Amino acid sequence: MLACLIAASKLTDGFNGYLKLGLFLAVYLIIGWDVLFSAVRNIVRGQVFDENFLMTIATVGAMFTGEYPEGVAVMLFYQVGEWFQKYAVGKSRRSITELMDIRPDYANVVREGKTVTVSPEEVQPGEIISIAPGEKIPLDCVIVKGSTTVNCSALTGESLPRSAAEGDELISGSINLSGLIRAEVKCEFAQSTVSKILDMVENSASKKAKSEAFITRFARYYTPAVVISAVLLAVIAPLFFHGVWSEWIHRALIFLVVSCPCALVISVPLSFFGGIGGASRHGILVKGANYLEALSKVGTVVFDKTGTLTKGVFYVTAVHPEEISEKELLRLAAYAESYSKHPIAESIKREYGKDIDTDQIKAIDEISGMGIKAELQDVTVHVGNGKLMDSIHANWHECHQQGTVVHIAVNNEYMGHIVISDVVKDDSKDCITAIKALGVGKTVILTGDSKNVADAVAKELNIDEVYSQLMPGDKVEIVERLLTGKQKKSTLAFVGDGINDAPVITRADVGIAMGALGSDAAIESADIVLMDDKPSKLATAMRISQKTMGIVRQNIVFALAVKALVLILGAFGIANMWFAVFADVGVSVIAILNAMRAMKIKKQGTISKGEVPL
Amino acid sequence: MKKIFKLEDLDCANCAAKMEEKINKIDGVKSASVSFVTQKMTIETDDDIDEIMKKVVKICKKIEPDMSIIM
Repeated sequence: MLACLIAASKLTDGFNGYLKLGLFLAVYLIIGWDVLFSAVRNIVRGQVFDENFLMTIATVGAMFTGEYPEGVAVMLFYQVGEWFQKYAVGKSRRSITELMDIRPDYANVVREGKTVTVSPEEVQPGEIISIAPGEKIPLDCVIVKGSTTVNCSALTGESLPRSAAEGDELISGSINLSGLIRAEVKCEFAQSTVSKILDMVENSASKKAKSEAFITRFARYYTPAVVISAVLLAVIAPLFFHGVWSEWIHRALIFLVVSCPCALVISVPLSFFGGIGGASRHGILVKGANYLEALSKVGTVVFDKTGTLTKGVFYVTAVHPEEISEKELLRLAAYAESYSKHPIAESIKREYGKDIDTDQIKAIDEISGMGIKAELQDVTVHVGNGKLMDSIHANWHECHQQGTVVHIAVNNEYMGHIVISDVVKDDSKDCITAIKALGVGKTVILTGDSKNVADAVAKELNIDEVYSQLMPGDKVEIVERLLTGKQKKSTLAFVGDGINDAPVITRADVGIAMGALGSDAAIESADIVLMDDKPSKLATAMRISQKTMGIVRQNIVFALAVKALVLILGAFGIANMWFAVFADVGVSVIAILNAMRAMKIKKQGTISKGEVPL
Repeated sequence: MKKIFKLEDLDCANCAAKMEEKINKIDGVKSASVSFVTQKMTIETDDDIDEIMKKVVKICKKIEPDMSIIM
């Protein structure tokens, strides 16, 4: 095309001016008629600083100053650039949407003995659906027949398949891998997990980040400012300093070409959308670009302890007998606790692992605030705290290990104790190390648990501050105090399980709920939702946010720098219109391609600790 | 009430920003957002949505005549 133009300009050297103009005008109209048409139409509608209009003025102006090839070439480049930009945006949009595509297309429902394929919206709660291997689970349901393995990776980012049998709940959006199953639908499609997640991610674009708002505001002033400068540039030198009109008008036209802020206006939201899409692939749902932005600046992270950093399930961590065997001590405790539903009792029974022969139990008395007295076949067993041991004058002693200690006495004789504690999650420590490397200055634990348990967890995980023995209301108060105490620019994030701590989640700059699969309360109250209960996902989320913000900054700086450079060079007559077209559409395309990087996040594990992949 | 509309043929990011600004100025609109990236418009209002949408359509037609709002 370019070669043709140059050849054409050489050829037409021999012709007279009018013929030359006529030829170029014809080519120009073929290439750019739609731009001209839109420009005229928009002026009629009162839209003056529209990019079509500016391009029209610039190219028509170039023709008037005698630069026919330039006018045509600029229009051609502009059109090619626009087309490429449109293609790139469309492709990015599609690939991000595909990334988040967990929407089931159909459901096979069993009606009157026959299986019919309908859209998931048409299935009522209580109906039975049939799901074959390889199909998406269309609605939240409970298996009534068959067993299988399911892959929830689209929801949680966890690629390890989970097995499920009769009575197990299945979550819509996950994929049935191995067996043909029948399941009873629990709720309508609109209420299903998959709809809620889709709604959330799709609506995230309406909550705009500060940098996005800044760009929009900037764009509002940028275009008029550049156009006014162009007018001044065109008239001042010729009027007052004997400049050549055509020369200065030509320089002014360069200004018009770079006056569109498109590169910024497209690439900044696209980067955020890419980041949000990439995060959703990892089971991290971000409700808006503003939260992604706030997350990148987190300086303080406040954790709820139980269920967030620890498993929230009690385990027997030590059995210390005095006279008898460990097994016998556990057996006595399990029998005494056999009727209790308390988590501590459950943990002892789980550790014991055998069936309890209830015939051996003659009587059980609960002694409020102390423990249990049980009459077994031929012995009396006391199971409880130190106070209970004191009351029967058993010679007991404290344990050196952290956790809740359950003492056991047989016929008022001390037999030893069992230590029960909540276990720290496997990746909690990695999470704390990683977020500190990512710039978190202060980590805090809030818990209703006792001081020694909380302190032990904090020490193990290297957490800076601990607030223990809190009532639910205290948590909000402490978060407020931390909010006023922190540095202005950094933000505070709260991470909890989203069930009991909704008020704190709402109060924090960034409220993060964890293990939210199946918990509506958490999905509703939090700003960022981690679908599974791995604390290390917090570090992944922070990496994604920082990478996205990095890309946003690169795009802003790059686009503005190129435009400023072209404006300066153009004003001094060094840059020509080719530069200007590049600064307009070329920069846009590069910025869009750069924005797409926000979507691609390396899987955890391929990133060495603390490294921020950019 | 919050309503989300799909947009078709919204080809210009700058126009989306302009529409958003103008729609936010309509009386009765609590908040509005036009996303070029997702091609969606979100409008929050307590007033009659149909009345508001008439004004919205007018604004959009003026800024980007090729675009259509899927109601």
